[in-house]
Amino acid sequence: MTNKLVLENLKHRPIRTLLVVFAIAIQVNLMLTLVGMSHGMLNDFQRRSRGVGADIIIRPPNTSVLSMSAPSMKEAMVGYLLEQPHISDALGVTVHNMEGFLNSATGIDIKKFDQFSGGFTFKSGGSWKTKNDVIVDEYYAAQRKLKVGGPVTMMNRDWNVSGIVESGKMSRIFMDVDVLQDLTGNTGKYSQIYLKVDDAKNVDAIVDQIKALPAMKEYPIYSMQAFTSLISIDNAPGLRPFLNVIVGLAVVVGFLVVFLSLYTAVLERTREIGILKSLGATPSFVIGLLFRETIALSIVGSMMGVGLSYATQWLIATLIPASLQMQIVYEWWPISMAVAVFASLIGALYPGYKAARQDAVEALAYE
Amino acid sequence: MSKPPIIEIRDLKKKYRVGEVDVHALRGANLSVGDGEFLAIVGHSGSGKSTLFNILGGLTPATSGDIHLGGQDLLAMTDLDRTKMRRGTVGFVFQKYNLLPTLTAHDNIALAEQLAGTHNMNQPWFQEVLASLGLANRILHKPRALSGGEQQRVAIARALVTQPKILLADEPTGNLDTENSIAVLEIMRSINKKYGQTILMITHNPEAADFADRKVRMKDGRVLDDGFEPIF
Repeated sequence: MTNKLVLENLKHRPIRTLLVVFAIAIQVNLMLTLVGMSHGMLNDFQRRSRGVGADIIIRPPNTSVLSMSAPSMKEAMVGYLLEQPHISDALGVTVHNMEGFLNSATGIDIKKFDQFSGGFTFKSGGSWKTKNDVIVDEYYAAQRKLKVGGPVTMMNRDWNVSGIVESGKMSRIFMDVDVLQDLTGNTGKYSQIYLKVDDAKNVDAIVDQIKALPAMKEYPIYSMQAFTSLISIDNAPGLRPFLNVIVGLAVVVGFLVVFLSLYTAVLERTREIGILKSLGATPSFVIGLLFRETIALSIVGSMMGVGLSYATQWLIATLIPASLQMQIVYEWWPISMAVAVFASLIGALYPGYKAARQDAVEALAYE
Repeated sequence: MSKPPIIEIRDLKKKYRVGEVDVHALRGANLSVGDGEFLAIVGHSGSGKSTLFNILGGLTPATSGDIHLGGQDLLAMTDLDRTKMRRGTVGFVFQKYNLLPTLTAHDNIALAEQLAGTHNMNQPWFQEVLASLGLANRILHKPRALSGGEQQRVAIARALVTQPKILLADEPTGNLDTENSIAVLEIMRSINKKYGQTILMITHNPEAADFADRKVRMKDGRVLDDGFEPIF
């Protein structure tokens, strides 16, 4: 009967109930979306890094896994590295940061790139014919509604799309490395050098071997496996504190929504609380009713929030697939639900206390 | 009184504060009510009858005096003791019915039963009570779908389901028309006669008071002599 009373109370004010459930759903969706985007974008970056097919990556001095600096590695380094034992292939690329987190245009020598990575899988069009041509991946093309042969403006310049490729190799935008170097004032310089080794089993030993070279002492050198494993939330500068702030904000929002809703409900139900007390309901019974109501609201809201996260994922994938990637992170379902229930229960504390302290005679006389 | 008293009140006083003024609602009330008696307490507004009702029902504590209800000393009770007492020792019938609007008639009764920890709803005697209240076809309706008379009959059923020692009724016909008032009062009298239910009814309606076995009058916070002069 107690649960029925809780249910009937919720049904009695359907608009308020729906609004609270929706607000909690938004709170949960906010958490799931941000966590999902963090994971999605990092995983996408990981996937594209692996897609090059390299065994080792070398970056300029003073860069971390997720931070970039201006291209500073001379082209001659590629030749030098190719001369080292067990190195079977090397590819230098120049990267220029574009709009959006982890998005960039990459300058490549298309012939060397094809040889190194196995080449692009074209969805339409083909490789560039002029220095004004660019290749874009399917997400970038979808987001900017680009067609092969059509124009695209980037870096304050008009380009022509020569091909649209499957996503998953290094970058979303590709252009001739010489053009990009000249355009960005980095002629003859690379941002990253990828290496292939003759036997992948020895990759760690070969990394140590390169690190031991006097000319390479200042360069961060990673096996591709180590590099991709370092692409995580904890290695993205400021991302973990950012997520913590969002969870904190979600707690505050959940608290306020439930507090306001239950505070109003307690005022509105003053007479009902008096009736319950006249029937022998203890203060803990009255608080228990409100807590059950709160838990029901937050659980339904959380479930709706999970549903909304799929809708958000679809929206992102449809509207801005190149800028943002969102992944459904199942491990965060119980976490976000627990945060929602916790915040809601905190919000229910004062209204519950107020209801429990209600004087029965005054409550029964309440009009 | 043919039976031993179930309610004993001696020199009962109640003072409360309204703003900065002390209000002496009861100024030494004395009253005895026999087990199985149907007593009406009449009096004008401000005579103290509602305060007495609230104290007897354990809704508010007295300031001083003696008050025993079914052998229990109300003055010695804590808030929690009085809460427990409300579950089974007393049953309330209010002027405004006071049914929970979100629950059906059946669920209003069931909730009172659940709080009291009793299981009487399916007992033959309670089914008989429900039948006598004429609620069989209205039991699954919510209060808003019931007339005033029906709501008051549900309130009576809710009060009786816990088999209280005393049924306290505060102006039970105050919101009803004449026809429904008579019906409710006849039901109360019938329950009193048939089941020996002790009823203490507060009213300012002389015709309602006539349904009781005995009438007492309250004035200025005191219960006047049982010998009761007509005041209307």
